[in-house]
Amino acid sequence: MSTNTDDTTRTDGTFGDYGGQYVPEVLMPAVEELTDAYERYVLDNEDGFVDDFRQRIRSFGGRPTPLTHAPTLSQRHGVDVYLKREDLLHGGAHKLNNALGQVLLAKYMGKDRIVAETGAGQHGTATAMACAALEMPCEIYMGRTDVNRQRPNVFRMRLHDADVNPVTVGSGTLKEAINETMRDWATNVADTHYVIGSVVGPHPFPSMVRDFQAIISEELRAQSREQLGELPAAVIACAGGGSNTMGAFGAFVGSASLPGAPAGTHEPAPDVDLLAVEAGGSRLGVDDDAGYAPNSASLSTGTEGVLHGARTKLLQTETGQIVESHSVSAGLDYAGVGPELAHLVDTGRITPTNVDDDAALAAFHRLSRDEGVIPALETSHAVAALDQYDGDGPVVVNVSGRGDKDLDTVIEASAANDIDAAPDMEVFEQ
Amino acid sequence: MTRSDLAAAFDDGPALVSYVVAGDPTPAATAEYIDALVDGGTDVIELGLPFSEPVAEGTTIQNAIKRALDAGMTPDAYLDLVARIDADVPVVCMTYYNLLFQYGDRAGPAAFVSAAAEAGVSGFVVPDLPVDESGPLREACRAHGLDLVFVVAPTTTADRRERMLDLTTGFVYVQGRVGTTGAREEVSAATPDALAALQHTDIPKAVGFGVSSGEQAREITASGADGVIVGSAYVDTVADGVADDDPPSVVADRLRDLAAELKAGAARGVPEPEHK
Ligand SMILES: Cc1ncc(COP(=O)(O)O)c(C=O)c1O
Repeated sequence: MSTNTDDTTRTDGTFGDYGGQYVPEVLMPAVEELTDAYERYVLDNEDGFVDDFRQRIRSFGGRPTPLTHAPTLSQRHGVDVYLKREDLLHGGAHKLNNALGQVLLAKYMGKDRIVAETGAGQHGTATAMACAALEMPCEIYMGRTDVNRQRPNVFRMRLHDADVNPVTVGSGTLKEAINETMRDWATNVADTHYVIGSVVGPHPFPSMVRDFQAIISEELRAQSREQLGELPAAVIACAGGGSNTMGAFGAFVGSASLPGAPAGTHEPAPDVDLLAVEAGGSRLGVDDDAGYAPNSASLSTGTEGVLHGARTKLLQTETGQIVESHSVSAGLDYAGVGPELAHLVDTGRITPTNVDDDAALAAFHRLSRDEGVIPALETSHAVAALDQYDGDGPVVVNVSGRGDKDLDTVIEASAANDIDAAPDMEVFEQ
Repeated sequence: MTRSDLAAAFDDGPALVSYVVAGDPTPAATAEYIDALVDGGTDVIELGLPFSEPVAEGTTIQNAIKRALDAGMTPDAYLDLVARIDADVPVVCMTYYNLLFQYGDRAGPAAFVSAAAEAGVSGFVVPDLPVDESGPLREACRAHGLDLVFVVAPTTTADRRERMLDLTTGFVYVQGRVGTTGAREEVSAATPDALAALQHTDIPKAVGFGVSSGEQAREITASGADGVIVGSAYVDTVADGVADDDPPSVVADRLRDLAAELKAGAARGVPEPEHK
């Protein structure tokens, strides 16, 4: 279990009962090779890998991202609200922290081809950008449904010269895209690295992705001391697979580790409340007969099982079939969640909650109107959860991404669901 | 240790291990297909219990799993189907770990293994459960006298291979090529190498992934395999039958013929007197 931070720490890839390496044997040697590379390059900074990563995420990615005070939100909620601005990272979301880290690691490992899955297209775009910058051939798997509803991101990936393969089986969303990327990896395993997009999958992915993303909480701690004079009372982040979540929480939990962090950054800070906000969709629960959940609330309502390489909390039927999930936000629309989050929820360190589609849409409009920041629909769930926060200390919302990619969805869904806060667009209709 | 019925199925010359998906397209059809496959010379039935996320499968078996799930196949219906099989060959359950893990009231594979033993299952192949994570399932299988078959892949390192050979029972599943399941025309060049690396073990070695013809079966047993595992070639036949609306009896006849071709091919690969 990974709970401390000195650099002799080695994890066995489990978090309590969760995690592990549930993948076909054909992939196990690659997973072992990756574990070794993770320990050497990432945990031990061999060949200055982490220094290289830190330099590139500054000069290419634009780090550090600011911590912005949000005066109108603060007034509304009666506490100081700050925004950690991952929307300002290159590409418009936190995804680049992980994508750049993994593509660079693949280079250090001598791999010469990258594959990745994508749901909303944000991780695929970040991976395609990193591959273009680091001159790596790149193939992205994306569900047919997602290809159709996230056209601009498909075009962005193509602009970076990535191949985009639509996946037509099943419902054609993220779960199927992950399956298909694993099949590609199983076929081309010798020369290919799979850049998984969240803190999911077999060990070492959940730990490694967390460590790359934890640069968010590393900065956040230093910025809090400087700007607030103290640590925040709470950090709120949305959770799909949970990479921005573990990124925003990692340094406070104390499990994350990335050489070169300022002293004390990764010391556990048990007094900081951590709120993980999932997509409540249109309603909670699983419809067993239909094999469908009208939400993506695996962390707050799911049951334990094994999916995509790890034991974790899932949305599944009584007999163990994984169900199709739903959220207005494509990036949260996943039936699983990272195993470390599942463990930290069980231990009580992280409080899971969920916010439904309509509340997220209302929060999208509020942040846009009141603070001049258009959040991703994923992030909007975290903003909406401020309504559930009853502490009185300063609170930080992790703005995992910007909402430009979501404008079509927001305009349509706001009209369909009668969201009051939405601007009136009818006057512009012909 | 007494030899299991699964290991014993390899005693009389090269064995044919035949895979179909339970409930594709209906449980009744599957029962008929199994009889035909055994009639055609099948020595072991590998019966797929369909899971919604079949990461090790190519499109042929993915589609079969979807047909079976859409038609309502469940773990309980699967066990009913196994219990109704009269053919006198061992049945291996091929499925993904989450279905074993969820069955019954407590998380873990024990309840399903117990129910499977009762229904007449002889062993398990679980493609997403590497030897490293197999402790609880191994324990449950041992408690009920069932075999747990591990997959040796072309990428498997020597130390992993030896660990699996120590722990596999019944037979060892030699994955003939990298990638996923799916019928191919040719035997992969990786197969003879994989078999050579397993020369030192007495455990029966069966090669799967891509086998679709008698000629391939011959090549594989000639390279030293004790058996061949065939899945997608049968499932393609089932899929064609579904597409053309052929009655199950017609599809069963085709499966019987294909099994007979594969079995004869496998037998041609070994010189006559060499039967073990
Ligand atoms: C802006 C944004 N936030 C959050 C997520 C959810 O992913 P995770 O839970 O891994 O942070 C996504 C995924 O696409 C995203 O694009």
